[in-house]
Amino acid sequence: MHKIQLPSTPPLLSGKGWSAFIVALIAVCAVAPVLNLLVPAGSVFHMSDYAVALLGRIMCYAICALAMDLIWGYTGILSLGHGVFFALGGYAMGMYLMRQIGRDGNYKSDLPDFMVFLDWKTLPWHWSFSDSFIATLVLIVAVPGLVAFVFGYFAFRSRIKGVYFSIITQAMTFAAMLLFFRNETGFGGNNGFTDFKRILGLPIATQEMRMTLFVLTGLTLLGFFLLARGLVRSKFGRVLQAIRDAESRVMFSGYSPLGYKLTIWIISAVMCGIAGALYVPQVGIINPGEMSPANSIEMAIWAAVGGRATLVGPIVGAFVVNGAKSWLTVAYPEFWLYFLGGLFIVVTLFLPDGLVGLVKKLKVKGAKS
Amino acid sequence: MAIGETDARIAAVGQAVLAADERTAAFLQALADDAVQVAGDKVFIVRDGKGQDPLTGAAVAVPDGAEDVISNNRMRGELDAALAGLKLFSSDDKLRLAAAKALLKEPDESRLALLDKALAVEKVEAIKAQLELARFAVLLGSSDKATRLQAAKALGENKTPQTKLLLSERLGAETEADVKVQLAASLRAIEESLHWGERLGAMFTGISLGSILLLAALGLAITYGLMGVINMAHGELMMIGAYATYVVQGLFRSYLPGAFDWYLVAALPVAFIASAGVGAVLERSVLRFLYGRPLETLLATWGISLVLMQGVRSLFGAQNVGVENPAWMSGGVQLLSNLTLPYNRLVIIGFAIAVLAGMALLIGKTRLGLFVRGVTQNRPIAACMGVNTARVDTYAFALGSGIAGLAGVALSQVGNVGPDLGQNYIVDSFMVVVLGGVGQLAGTVYAALGLGVLNKFLEGWTGAVLAKIAVLVFIIIFIQKRPQGIFAMKGRSAEA
Repeated sequence: MHKIQLPSTPPLLSGKGWSAFIVALIAVCAVAPVLNLLVPAGSVFHMSDYAVALLGRIMCYAICALAMDLIWGYTGILSLGHGVFFALGGYAMGMYLMRQIGRDGNYKSDLPDFMVFLDWKTLPWHWSFSDSFIATLVLIVAVPGLVAFVFGYFAFRSRIKGVYFSIITQAMTFAAMLLFFRNETGFGGNNGFTDFKRILGLPIATQEMRMTLFVLTGLTLLGFFLLARGLVRSKFGRVLQAIRDAESRVMFSGYSPLGYKLTIWIISAVMCGIAGALYVPQVGIINPGEMSPANSIEMAIWAAVGGRATLVGPIVGAFVVNGAKSWLTVAYPEFWLYFLGGLFIVVTLFLPDGLVGLVKKLKVKGAKS
Repeated sequence: MAIGETDARIAAVGQAVLAADERTAAFLQALADDAVQVAGDKVFIVRDGKGQDPLTGAAVAVPDGAEDVISNNRMRGELDAALAGLKLFSSDDKLRLAAAKALLKEPDESRLALLDKALAVEKVEAIKAQLELARFAVLLGSSDKATRLQAAKALGENKTPQTKLLLSERLGAETEADVKVQLAASLRAIEESLHWGERLGAMFTGISLGSILLLAALGLAITYGLMGVINMAHGELMMIGAYATYVVQGLFRSYLPGAFDWYLVAALPVAFIASAGVGAVLERSVLRFLYGRPLETLLATWGISLVLMQGVRSLFGAQNVGVENPAWMSGGVQLLSNLTLPYNRLVIIGFAIAVLAGMALLIGKTRLGLFVRGVTQNRPIAACMGVNTARVDTYAFALGSGIAGLAGVALSQVGNVGPDLGQNYIVDSFMVVVLGGVGQLAGTVYAALGLGVLNKFLEGWTGAVLAKIAVLVFIIIFIQKRPQGIFAMKGRSAEA
């Protein structure tokens, strides 16, 4: 009797990987709060509020990049519509934050300001649970998940794939954006939600609250990283990669790709939704612009710059691209689009494996010489 | 006319109109323009600080302390109508027609005499008809029942939104039952006819939108449909075409102002060459390394589109630039009272058909077309037959880009020309190609027209934004049923 030798499952993280992970964990949970809150403002080691806000925002983007990596890097499905899920999570959170304003708005009404402005007398039905934080947490997961399920089920069932799928997702985010721009939809139209005052009854604009959200985002990012790592090294993850490389062969081997694709699609969407929910209280605004097709494509470039199918890469990519963005849009606003456009071209032409691939290549070269 | 209570002044104006001469007209105009001053019982027309005697027209000095004559809104309405009444006797046909139309809007029995007088001397048929209408509109408010009946019937023959308004206003005020019946019947007849106008209008705007989509999608049908290259920068190539039009317009304005009306004709080849040139450069420098990797192509071309957009912004500024319609393209043909077909839209429809025909010929009948089809069907075999596939790719991509440039010329005539021009059409034109099916010109045509008409009809019901969403949802559902589009390519390939 011959026993088939299955490839052994690699460990969740290598020894080095674990140490890096723990360093990141300490940096997020201990170093950053201490540098921001305890070190006096004049000191060299002080971490400014601006840096906290920026890094907090970028970590939200990194979660999206991670989600993109799962669906694109590992499953080969390029979504140009992940901005929808991000915005849906953000809107779910935004609704709760709007209700938390209470009577402190400009019109001193129980209703959010924009509803008073539109002369609405009662809350529309989809706002019914928005005053409960628990319900909001459920919505943040359920709404993007449900939308992803419906959309994904129909798309994957009729085996739409490749660029077709990408274009349809782009149409989806475009349609959603138009829908949310309408005042009638009940999400504040053009202006979206803003002017948040408090979360869970606590004021939202304090330094401590910002730090709390920052740490929370960091922990979520690290948690999702472990989850993604666990997923891709499991049997499930192996099937996903097989689907990416040769979908027909997977089918001929007796697997139905529908369930696999749908599952990873929903997981990826929910991750984006949670990122959006963390993003909104930190930046203090959510509007339909988040759903514009350009935003969703940018997510793809974060993953591509860092290196697809590496998990670490997309996180690095999100930091590099958004760091460059926040610097360039202030220093050389003219050049930002040239840079971003150039990045798309250079990465696809010369860096198919992204920065991580580049580092690996350099290492191999270094080892040879 | 200048002094006293409003009622007395209105009566005076009415009398003056009946015995009209040029001096009265000038005085009325002055009154309407607030250019009349009074000092004691003397009246002056004051324009640009110079006084004029209204009776003789001779220049006189205006005494100090002359006061402006102030006309209230009622007086103003009366003055406007009186002026219109005077214009009825103008020697200019156009002025007379405009005056008759103006009187139709504000029927009043006091003008009946005036209208009758004008009718008696009028010789031009169209103006005569318009005058008669105005007369009936006045009669509609008459105290005599038979006259009202007759007027209601006559107005029913003229099917314009204005008569509809008149009739429905009268219907609200009418007390006699049989006049009411006649009014209602006339109204129904008008509504029916107007309805047709509206429907045809929606159809026309739909076809017009469809023709624009067709132009936008035709280039894509080559690059995506035939070559399988997802070109997200297609919209920006259209934008380049539109900016080329803008530049040609500027050149004509400064160097050939006499031939300005024909700048558009010159803009066509320029736009084609500009966009095709950019397209060829892109293909040579970026896209040819990415054949067979559609997702990467998508991202790279998106990057290109960002660069092109920013480039145009740096060159021409972020604001929209103005592109004028040449004189022969402004105006339109009036088919029904509420249906006018603008010339620029008609020209674009014709242009789309011409481009389509040209492309069908090029792909179907020429050697280049044969090569393109051959490479599309089977690249290695075509190469074995000695076709220089790399060169064919470049030509085909340049052709698709050039057609995008032509679409840009068309767009510059109906919409704003700005750096974001392409972005507005990219989703739509991809939808057309997806719906029409890959590798098909016929599918593209049907999909473009279908989407255009569907969009405009839905707009009538739901408004523009919801219509667009409905169309997108429709496409997503449609793709479920027929993933290959309306016309599927027949083939044996397992991986479509």
